[in-house]
Amino acid sequence: MPNEAIPLVDRKAVKYHIIAGFTFFYVSLFAGLLYALQLSRYYPFPGVELLSPGRIRMLHTNGVAYGFLFNLFIAAMHWIIPRLTGKPMLSRVLSHLIFWAWQGIVGATAVGLMTGHAQAIEWGETPVWIDPVVVVGAALLIVNSATPILKVAKRKLYVTLWYFSAMMVWLPLTYVMGNFVPQYFVPGAGGAAVTGLYIHDLVGLTVTPLGWGMMYYFVPVILKRPIWSHTLSLVGFWGLAFFYPLNGVHHFFWSPIPMYAQYGAVMSTIAVEIVVFTVIVNFFMTIRGQTDLLRSNIPLRWFYTGMIFYFTTCFQCAFHTTLTLQKIIHFSDWVPGHAHLVMLGVFGFWLIGMTEYLWPRLVGNEMYSRKLSVAAYWLSTGGLFVMFLDLLVAGVAQGYLWMNLAQWEKSIVLSMPFWHIRTFAGTGIVIGILLFGYNLWMTAKNPGTRTAESGPASGRKAADDNAEEAPSAASSQAS
Amino acid sequence: MEKLPTILLAAGVGCFALAGILSGYLPLAHLGKIKVKTVEELVTEPSYEFQDLAKRYPEQFKKYYGDANVENYRKALKLGRDTYIAEACWHCHSQYVRPVSNEDQRFGKVSYAEEYQNEMFLPHLFGTRRVGPDLIRESGKHGNDWHVAHFYDPTIVVPTSVMPKYSWFFDGDQPNQKGLAMIAYVQWLGSWATPEAIARAEAEGGQK
Ligand code: HEC
Ligand code: HEM
Repeated sequence: MPNEAIPLVDRKAVKYHIIAGFTFFYVSLFAGLLYALQLSRYYPFPGVELLSPGRIRMLHTNGVAYGFLFNLFIAAMHWIIPRLTGKPMLSRVLSHLIFWAWQGIVGATAVGLMTGHAQAIEWGETPVWIDPVVVVGAALLIVNSATPILKVAKRKLYVTLWYFSAMMVWLPLTYVMGNFVPQYFVPGAGGAAVTGLYIHDLVGLTVTPLGWGMMYYFVPVILKRPIWSHTLSLVGFWGLAFFYPLNGVHHFFWSPIPMYAQYGAVMSTIAVEIVVFTVIVNFFMTIRGQTDLLRSNIPLRWFYTGMIFYFTTCFQCAFHTTLTLQKIIHFSDWVPGHAHLVMLGVFGFWLIGMTEYLWPRLVGNEMYSRKLSVAAYWLSTGGLFVMFLDLLVAGVAQGYLWMNLAQWEKSIVLSMPFWHIRTFAGTGIVIGILLFGYNLWMTAKNPGTRTAESGPASGRKAADDNAEEAPSAASSQAS
Repeated sequence: MEKLPTILLAAGVGCFALAGILSGYLPLAHLGKIKVKTVEELVTEPSYEFQDLAKRYPEQFKKYYGDANVENYRKALKLGRDTYIAEACWHCHSQYVRPVSNEDQRFGKVSYAEEYQNEMFLPHLFGTRRVGPDLIRESGKHGNDWHVAHFYDPTIVVPTSVMPKYSWFFDGDQPNQKGLAMIAYVQWLGSWATPEAIARAEAEGGQK
């Protein structure tokens, strides 16, 4: 904003991170689609070293994690933290430095993976020579965004800030533990236990707190009413902090990791589902009586769809984490089915919903087309749902064939139709997200496109910093 | 419980450390009783398959490795392991046999902790997905020439395979340094799990 001295929110940083995030989202989506084509036996570039399917798979998972999710989460932090604290981030220069550093990291990771420099840590395939840079980048991000929180540390903090500030401790610990310990210090089963912790902490202690933190912010803002119960949010937060990190070993059940660690992981995983339930209840009680908004308000629709998927995945997890079901579904397509529902269906959807909400406020226009928004929603949701069911069924079938000692090729032949359906469903998702991007593009390009209920574009821009009333720790519907 | 110091210390550091101790440090300390071997201690002679590769592809072998001695074998194994990582073979193949689901009948001896306590499994390559079969008992399942054909184009030997082609493991149709290393590596996987070694590991109280 040209004429204000130091506006609270650095809109440019928010906008840039959204643009970068979606750029990497497209790269990762196409990588996912390419890899799906390999499994469907239609790979377009067979025998090309730099586009080898194995490497493409790592580009897919790392691209969505570090390129898409983290970029958009950084955007969310830039929007939310100053509003909740009333203080700007430490420094704009630093924000922009972090922006470029982060894109450099993701870009270098992509190049490193494709040229064969991957590290054998799941979700940490970032080449070993980039790892220290990631640590520095994360440290800068934390310094920048912890400063406003520290300035109001004496207050009772709003729940979003509990999640964000705890995440700022967890992220560096998790990253350093996961990328250095199994790589340089601990081999074999012990290393696997640490990797399990890493995979899980990255999702549970970084992505999840960021995701829930932003939901606790945006849902009350859009509904214009406080969250239903402050007490339940406390239960949710402390439950997550306590039980989530104990789940790590559940990625390697029935492996040579000592069994007591595996039993512990089963129990704490089930405990997490109970915690999750409290959070879900809190959000559904918050919207009670206003559910018709889910039809008219598209960001809200993405948010609550994500919550239903969240409940679904966690419910699913309470079953497949048992050592009994593990016998069948571990190593099968069941797991990617689960992973896509969490990563795209929950966190991806929340971030897409956030973008749908923020973008008009960032560029000063109403969304270009509501039809496109709706189409993007249905294509992605439909595609994902088909992909999820398809992979679940495929997983169970594969598991039983393996257990029955059928020849390995039989399991491939059996999977083929399922893999074709996955490619098809994935194409639906890609088209949905492409429409979404096109909508963003046209919104930014076409000043003056407004729907009837919106005010003048410029008026919205100026008024907006005040129009959004940030929720506070004191407010809660039930006490 | 809503104050910053509590959140940072109790939730941030405390909970993380507790989990680190219970599900990281404890298993680690437990497994720490088993000595971690260096590659030199682990690999003391070139395998039959490595020597066989030297005979089948004499020119390529001379060019990239020279003699089929133990140092060159170790070199090949490390390169094979690194290539396995770079190509993300570990996203399609696991490296442990579970004690359930008839896996011992399909793959062979159930994995035990001791076999992973060495530098070749730093980082470990357990894997979490099986598009293809487990490889920890791969040694000797197929001959070298099968692997050559398989890496060149898997559908030559398994028409329904979805495993990618690895043409850059070859100079023309002859395996190159990476190709030879990759084959030496997969032929090494599990070669140590002889009945005597397993009996010894069990006697020493290692996990089964
Ligand atoms: C897209 C997933 C995929 C990737 C990546 C992959 N494989 Fe495979 N692999 C398979 C499938 C499927 C089979 C079973 C069919 C066959 O034998 O080709 C297989 C079979 C094998 C076999 C034969 C196993 C047996 O006992 O019959 C070996 C050895 C092997 N792969 C090694 C590798 C190596 C080494 C790499 C990395 C350079 C690799 N694979 C990458 C999917 C994959
Ligand atoms: C176009 C849509 C997509 C397609 C076709 C696709 C395809 C794939 C495929 C084929 C795999 C490998 C599964 C295997 O090893 O068998 C995979 C893994 C994965 N994808 Fe996607 N994907 C898509 C979108 C996404 C999105 C949007 C996200 C996250 C936001 C995502 C997150 C993941 C994750 C986390 C894994 C790892 C799963 C695991 O290892 O268990 N994918 N995807």
